[in-house]
Amino acid sequence: MKILVCISNVPDTTAKISFVEDNKVYNKNNVQFIISPYEELALTRALELKEAASGTITVLTVGLQDAEPTMRKALAMGADDAIRVNTEAKDAMFVAKQIAEVAKNKNYDIIFTGKESIDYNGSQVGEMVAELLDIPSITSVSGIDVEGTTGKIQREIDGGYEQIECEFPFVGSGQKGIAPEPRIPAMRGIMMARKKPLNIVEPVEFTDLTQVITHTLPEAKSACTMIEPDNVGELVRLLHEEAKAI
Amino acid sequence: MSVLVYTENWDGKFKKATYEIVSYANEIAKQLGCDLIALSIGKVSDEELKSLENYGASKVLNANDDKYNTIISQVYTKIIADAVNATNASVVVFANTYTGRSIAPRVSVKLNAGLVSGCIALPTSTQPFVVNKKAYSGKAFADVQVNSDIKILTLNQNSYKIVENKKDAAIEAFTTEIPDNYFKVKSIEISKASDKITVNDAEILVSGGRGLKASEHFGMLDEIASILGPTATTACSRPITDLDWRPHSEHVGQTGKVVAPNLYFAIGISGAIQHLAGINSSKIIVAINTDKDAPIFEAADYGIIGDAFEVLPSLIEELTKLKNS
Ligand SMILES: Cc1cc2nc3c(=O)[nH]c(=O)nc-3n(C[C@H](O)[C@H](O)[C@H](O)COP(=O)(O)OP(=O)(O)OC[C@H]3O[C@@H](n4cnc5c(N)ncnc54)[C@H](O)[C@@H]3O)c2cc1C
Ligand SMILES: Nc1ncnc2c1ncn2[C@@H]1O[C@H](COP(=O)(O)O)[C@@H](O)[C@H]1O
Repeated sequence: MKILVCISNVPDTTAKISFVEDNKVYNKNNVQFIISPYEELALTRALELKEAASGTITVLTVGLQDAEPTMRKALAMGADDAIRVNTEAKDAMFVAKQIAEVAKNKNYDIIFTGKESIDYNGSQVGEMVAELLDIPSITSVSGIDVEGTTGKIQREIDGGYEQIECEFPFVGSGQKGIAPEPRIPAMRGIMMARKKPLNIVEPVEFTDLTQVITHTLPEAKSACTMIEPDNVGELVRLLHEEAKAI
Repeated sequence: MSVLVYTENWDGKFKKATYEIVSYANEIAKQLGCDLIALSIGKVSDEELKSLENYGASKVLNANDDKYNTIISQVYTKIIADAVNATNASVVVFANTYTGRSIAPRVSVKLNAGLVSGCIALPTSTQPFVVNKKAYSGKAFADVQVNSDIKILTLNQNSYKIVENKKDAAIEAFTTEIPDNYFKVKSIEISKASDKITVNDAEILVSGGRGLKASEHFGMLDEIASILGPTATTACSRPITDLDWRPHSEHVGQTGKVVAPNLYFAIGISGAIQHLAGINSSKIIVAINTDKDAPIFEAADYGIIGDAFEVLPSLIEELTKLKNS
């Protein structure tokens, strides 16, 4: 089984969000970067699938050199090799074109992404890669097993779950449930990761169709109105009369 | 030129999210001075299809075939892209639901059209085309400019008000060829999480955290939600679903559902940054917590520093009084 896991390098979930260059660019100063949580779960499940059968797991990131520590972490978790497409990730279609270019002749059985990157929150790249390769995409995968060359998949849908089956190859975007917890690299994995191949490929040209022109931060909330615990009636009155929420 | 809206259905019915995107797409059609056309895929009654005219649709395309019963993104993408070409649409609108997210990116590739997902407001300008979306898991917003001829948008739920705008829409059958090899995804079984309204659809969420101490105490939240009516349901913080006290579908936050209800009760929830990322678009947040320094109070509009086990019984009593008055 050959699996490709696409990894985005994102600010830690507790990171403060601020911007530079006219609010166009995220301020990376003093921010720790991590594997975006959903593909970390997808990678964890991919490793389990490989260990149960056999095969190889490749991780891929579209990004500059500063993404390499995150890629090494994926290698330390157990991926066999890594590919970095050496370019700044522009919009989702730009990233998807790069991934599809790498994947097109490699016959991956499964390509995993996360259901969304926690920075851009696009939920786009995985499905775009699938369309570029003209193969099925399964969104919001919350569980997956493999039998022979068939994926037995649970996906979340609005208001429930659907059990589906799909022959290789396909793109699956992982979400909560695909693995219970992300795998934590062991010391041995970290040592081995240093020697694993991290191949750099140059990007293909593509003009991005969308551009972020500015970012804004949410307005600060006004102070919280405090109500005494023995006066719950007042809370209900305020919610009804002032906030008109009930 | 036209605006095309893909009107997703759930077991043959449209719901609030559908009418929100039709209202939204209609306003964009007005901005551009063109007609709004709705496209429905799957089995939906004529009466239900006709209801779309109340929110501005001037034509409804109906792609109805038993083959479309399972939502296969490749198949739906082909239908929608063909409809875009047939109607000469310059803007295509989806709901930012599981289904919308599975199809919109593929349509975007097929049509070489820029996609902005998670929009929360109307375009601020159509020339150039600029629209605002959520980013950084709700901790920031981004203004995104789309440079392609066709623009695709997915709209977050609960971010645009339903507006009536009566038209007279004809319903037309829409057919197109789908390659056989697109039907590779086989549906085996669908299980509904429950009959309750989903956390994304709900207008009121009664949410509990580790402060509630045990799964049986969540019964109080169920009771509050049921007093508040059918648009209310329960939710929770991540540890609660990790502990299996509540179903995973109720987990709210950065790694769970991102919600935007009118009213969010955070009961025994500390307000960790990953939790707040999922709820900070709520219109009103109420916090009930024993710890006066809990970060949830910084995000809340109304707060009670107190023990949930004392506050909730009075809350149940007071809400019942209000509902009976
Ligand atoms: C990568 C990552 C992703 C994460 N994603 C999410 C996510 O999506 N959603 C999420 O929720 N969390 C997420 N977390 C976890 C998050 O950091 C917090 O650990 C979690 O939100 C805490 O849940 P809690 O508020 O229920 O529990 P706690 O933090 O333990 O808070 C319990 C609160 O209850 C109060 N309390 C105690 N007793 C009572 C009482 N009798 N009455 C009233 N109040 C009482 C306490 O004062 C306390 O404030 C994530 C963490 C990481 C690292
Ligand atoms: N720069 C990138 N390099 C590799 N994979 C990426 C990149 N950006 C996004 N992805 C993958 O695509 C998924 C969806 O990302 P997005 O469309 O940005 O929400 C992520 O969870 C990743 O798996």
